[in-house]
Amino acid sequence: MVLQAIFILVALFTIGCALMVVLHRNLFISALFLIASFFGVAVIYVLLEAEFIAVAQILIYIGAIATLIVFAIMLSRGMMTGRTSPRNAQALWAGLGSVILGIALLYVVAYRVQWPVVQKDVPADAIARLGSALVGRYVIPFEVASVLLLAALIGAVMIAREKEV
Amino acid sequence: MNPLDPRILGEWWNTFLRGLGLAEGWIVFINGLVVTLILLGFGLTSVIFLIWLERKFAGRIQDRLGPNRVGPYGLLQTVADALKLMTKEDITPDNAERVTYNLAPGLAVFAVLMLLVVIPFGPGLIGVDLNIGVLYIVAMGSIGIMAALMAGWASNNKYALLGGFRTVAQLLSYEIPMVLAMSVPVLFAGTMSMHGIVEKQARFQWFGLIMPAAFLLYIISALAENERTPFDLLEAESEIVAGYHIEYSGMKFAWFFLAFFLNTLILSAIAATLFLGGWQGPFVEQVPILGVFYFFIKTTAILLFFMWVRATFPRLRIDQMMALAWKVLVPMGLVLVLLAALVVKLPIPGLLQNLILFVTNIAILLFVLGAVGRHLRKEAERYKVRYQVSGIR
Repeated sequence: MVLQAIFILVALFTIGCALMVVLHRNLFISALFLIASFFGVAVIYVLLEAEFIAVAQILIYIGAIATLIVFAIMLSRGMMTGRTSPRNAQALWAGLGSVILGIALLYVVAYRVQWPVVQKDVPADAIARLGSALVGRYVIPFEVASVLLLAALIGAVMIAREKEV
Repeated sequence: MNPLDPRILGEWWNTFLRGLGLAEGWIVFINGLVVTLILLGFGLTSVIFLIWLERKFAGRIQDRLGPNRVGPYGLLQTVADALKLMTKEDITPDNAERVTYNLAPGLAVFAVLMLLVVIPFGPGLIGVDLNIGVLYIVAMGSIGIMAALMAGWASNNKYALLGGFRTVAQLLSYEIPMVLAMSVPVLFAGTMSMHGIVEKQARFQWFGLIMPAAFLLYIISALAENERTPFDLLEAESEIVAGYHIEYSGMKFAWFFLAFFLNTLILSAIAATLFLGGWQGPFVEQVPILGVFYFFIKTTAILLFFMWVRATFPRLRIDQMMALAWKVLVPMGLVLVLLAALVVKLPIPGLLQNLILFVTNIAILLFVLGAVGRHLRKEAERYKVRYQVSGIR
């Protein structure tokens, strides 16, 4: 009962912030709302007893991704004070398309997918199991992601490197 | 039954609440409220004492007296300062982005206060023993970064903005060696729970003694994360006036100040927990309440070390600061993590593991210090040549 009320409040907060991300006229404030919405998602993870994912959400999305977005906005000239319009000539069609796509996705998620449901407490060694799964069963996707990040890292160093005179 | 054991006291308290005929949900709620109030009260009042301590300690180091007018030994000086800040006019710049501007100081304090929850003050004395305690600490740190960025941007002042940039650059860079340093005890203890890590350090198996290089790495990155000298170029007066909080005055400035000192306290407490055995010490098994005493002794020792550094060291240049993080601390952290992971898996007795780790840590430390020293000597030589050529002495 209480949990449900909290869930509804948090969900409304998250959706509201997500809406403000696309509707606000100032790009920097949009980025801040994006962070608030990430935070709401983290709270929902906590409600689902997935603390690890919640903390990872804060660490990666707020700590790394959102900070990078905000940094990029701050470094682009004129983006900070300028008021950009969130609408353009295609606003109507884009809105309609998004609503139809959203309804279709919700329909599939709610009625077409068989979600595995387990009525059990979260095991105490959930993180250890997650770790073993990452380097055991899912090792190839894990390593591919690492290689991708390494490539990005090397690319960034190549771009930022001082030219040898 | 031992009345000096906080765990038994907790049991007694729970039985008392159940005796009042309260539902289980209410007991959880009341306990949460009580713990929150205790932690808040402890955190906020300790800052008043900490500021006095820092001023007095720095004063003594620099051959001054420090505050000595208000109250005995100047103890009430901070109280007077706090009252002064509260009565000051609250100024918001005309062109500031109001909501963000007002939100930033609160967010800065929030990010730090949240950390108090996972600090084990003694056996059984912990807000919540999260099984992801260490990760939680790292995650909350990233919210602090956002607060600085928001303050720097919303003030609509170029010095504040530059301060904000520097803050993000520094905090993001030093977060990486800090996480690497913290993951060494986590690897060795096999758990991320703060309480679990302390329990693994029984009988003087303090991770800071076994792995001094990781401990030093943590201390250096903590100094940087706390924006303390020699890493205080975020608020370098001679360059960017006061950094991201230049426009803040009165109580809002006090909030940033509060966050700063609270962060010092908590970073010391984390260092004591992860590397100096937290509440472990002689006779803790028999008299558990001694653990609280040991914990505060260790925390204060690290705290005084931080203050000592602040009172004596000059400031780094920004390029030196970045080079130190990326060219020295990050590689060193990676090697330390690799080393700990390898040694933990070796099929040998624990004592031998500790010995191997200790010897290799000292070797790494000597190697890194030697390399940095060689580099600095070479740089000094280069400067000398350049100035002689251009005729400047």
